[in-house]
Amino acid sequence: MSLVNSSVEGVLEPILERYLRNPHHLMQILRETQERLGFIPKWAVDYISEALALARTQIQSVIEFYAFFYDSPCGKYRILFSDNVTDRMQGNTALLARMLSRLGLSQGQVSGDGLVSIDTTSCTGMCDQGPALLVNNHAIPRLSSQRVDAICTLIKNQTPLEQWPSAFFSVEDNIRRKDVLLSAELTNGQALQRAIELGPQGMLAEMKTSNFRGRGGAGFTTGVKWEACRNAPGETRYVVCNADEGEPGTFKDRVLLNSYAELLFEGMSIAGFVIGASKGLLYLRAEYRYMLEKLQATLEARRKAQLLGKNILGQKGFDFDIEIHMGAGAYVCGEETALIESLEGKPGRPRIRPPFPATHGYLGQPTVVNNVETLAKATLIAQNGGAWYKGLGTKLSTGTKLLSISGDCDAPGIYEYPFGVRISKILEDCGARNAMAVQVGGAAGTCLARHEFGRKIAFEDVSTSGALMVFGNNRDMFEVARNFTHFFKHESCGFCTPCRVGTTLLCNLLDKIADGKATSYEMNELSRLHQLLKTSSHCGLGQTAWRPVYDTMQKFRPSYDRRLQQKDFEPAFAMDAALAPAREIMERDDADAHLGNEL
Amino acid sequence: MNENTFVIDGTPIPFEPGQSILQAALKADVFIPHLCFFPGLKPNGSCKLCTVVVNGRPGSACTLLARPGIEVENNTPELNDRRRLMLQMLFVEGNHFCPGCEKSGNCQLQALAYELEMMTPHFNHFFPSRKVDASHPEAFLDMNRCIMCGLCVQASRDVDKKNIFAISGRGMASHIVINTPSGRLKESNFSSSDKAANVCPVGAILPKRRGFATPIGQRRYDSLPISTQTEFLTTRKA
Repeated sequence: MSLVNSSVEGVLEPILERYLRNPHHLMQILRETQERLGFIPKWAVDYISEALALARTQIQSVIEFYAFFYDSPCGKYRILFSDNVTDRMQGNTALLARMLSRLGLSQGQVSGDGLVSIDTTSCTGMCDQGPALLVNNHAIPRLSSQRVDAICTLIKNQTPLEQWPSAFFSVEDNIRRKDVLLSAELTNGQALQRAIELGPQGMLAEMKTSNFRGRGGAGFTTGVKWEACRNAPGETRYVVCNADEGEPGTFKDRVLLNSYAELLFEGMSIAGFVIGASKGLLYLRAEYRYMLEKLQATLEARRKAQLLGKNILGQKGFDFDIEIHMGAGAYVCGEETALIESLEGKPGRPRIRPPFPATHGYLGQPTVVNNVETLAKATLIAQNGGAWYKGLGTKLSTGTKLLSISGDCDAPGIYEYPFGVRISKILEDCGARNAMAVQVGGAAGTCLARHEFGRKIAFEDVSTSGALMVFGNNRDMFEVARNFTHFFKHESCGFCTPCRVGTTLLCNLLDKIADGKATSYEMNELSRLHQLLKTSSHCGLGQTAWRPVYDTMQKFRPSYDRRLQQKDFEPAFAMDAALAPAREIMERDDADAHLGNEL
Repeated sequence: MNENTFVIDGTPIPFEPGQSILQAALKADVFIPHLCFFPGLKPNGSCKLCTVVVNGRPGSACTLLARPGIEVENNTPELNDRRRLMLQMLFVEGNHFCPGCEKSGNCQLQALAYELEMMTPHFNHFFPSRKVDASHPEAFLDMNRCIMCGLCVQASRDVDKKNIFAISGRGMASHIVINTPSGRLKESNFSSSDKAANVCPVGAILPKRRGFATPIGQRRYDSLPISTQTEFLTTRKA
């Protein structure tokens, strides 16, 4: 992008002013700088470093940590194909190849004229309508050959993104089954009003009566978390909503943010009222950038309606407002302490726990971090009471659960079920007739084989943050595990040894198996690494990165075995081929210059 | 049992409130392998060599506080197997050639490899391409040997108050960066007397013009195994 009429100050000053030169807003300042300039040049780093009194290295480490920040030009049109296993099943590989060939590019390369670059990225949360891509961080789902060709033409003609057909960017909700949350008809402020009437302690009591557990994956009792935060000593308190929905196969929060944002914001306000916070932060994953303006408009409307701001609903002293903070492409930020680091303008490396965010969270203050679905449901509990909520679901898992269903089924989308629903019932409802396996809970979740379809979705049985990917009879479960393991390698933050090196070693072993050069030796190596990652990794990412491999090795062993050689060991490389450069130097290619078969 | 006592592998260990399991163990002459801990600096908890099992659950001895009555497993074949595996990981992810390294004999990574009887690196070497920065008059930076312990980052920021180093990048691409316009050390106010110059457990930060002052064979870990040097490990300044 040219800088005619736009000096350094001209570009950066308005952005810095908008974020009050607050170093904790570094991620937002960098994002807006990049949206303006296409990448973050060195002069911008120097200027921001000066303006925020931050070390240059801190800015550099943030840029280099997040996948969606670029320190060199990466094309006026930056195309990233979502590469979750569901995108693969929907044919993204062929479409990626088609686009590369049409535009005469190789993957990861920026075109000579600086017009376009094409690469892959982790799951973008469009599994129900994939294959999908991001163009300059805006999602285009439902790719087909025709759509890819049309995109190529738009790029070649240098059509500005705003003039691309709006149909390309339309994302469906695909709600297939509604229960109490998705069919809730609440007037804005109604639940909040009721929480105010109950008072913080009364509302907390309702939460505890409901026995409601967090929907982000860990399943911690929400009322207990809120109470711990409320009682923790601190100058101020924060409510953080984790909308960094990065788990491959999960997209329920996308739908809540798109069509139920009022329920979410109301839930955040209720949490703020209970714990005594005056500020809420919504951490929105970069892949959902397209919803930012709409969400901000919703917040603005709530401010006008006195549902946010000072003396909310006339309640003197109840001040609460919500800010949206965009992520920049890092799955690990779904881990609550990594998310807090990111909110503070740092690379998203998980903190040492304890202390937990409830006592030492954002800026060291007591902080509640809850998932989108958790907060939306807190609104329902405020409205209808804890006893009502407790009556839904099972004894240990009260209420309902949103499931993001994708893969080999007729009706992928969002399904809300009371806890306790069996996998077989879900498969029937979504039209998955030939399912061989389901991956519940995303890449880090559990792989279930057919004989386990009688199991139930519940914290006490199959626990899940909400993803359910269906694999039909013809699918290769080894390739599923390999896709997930490469995802973990890409997303490992690099902080601890077992995860940083271990995820790479896992990938190397799986790639060797895929190449047909592995024996039972590699299978034993996979088992050894699984033990280490599980027990010694710093956070949940490393502690679960072994699961897809482990589960599929146990349950779909033939998909591994048929790739293995029946001998003690096979090297990863071909000896004779490795000698090719030597032959070239010697200018000979006769029989004696080759290794014989005896080797 | 005394109020401020816990147990490691059956041995009672006294502790002062606020001490980590690792600190208390070393003080009591019980060795727990570690790389990213340095006395006087905040525990980093990243190398995971000091992973022990506390009341049945794995955790880092450097970041977990000692508590009365806890039972800690440390020197067990299973934990030492995992430690050996992690050492092998560290050896293959970087470029470590002990015979040609000035740190040999004083290197904590090498000493632990001997201690835990790591006979081979086991995995294929990654042979990464990493930078050497010889621009500074007093020290070399050889990133081939860096193990991402973060000690120089913390020492420079919190002790030297210079904030020269940071860890940048993600995953396997993690690397140390220098807080100067060119990214080279010579433009910084780094000095070989800095704390940051003296905490590196490996040979990634080496002083210039002091090579082989003590012959190999007579260095700290050459004569006595690291596991017998617990007092040094808790009191060292460098």
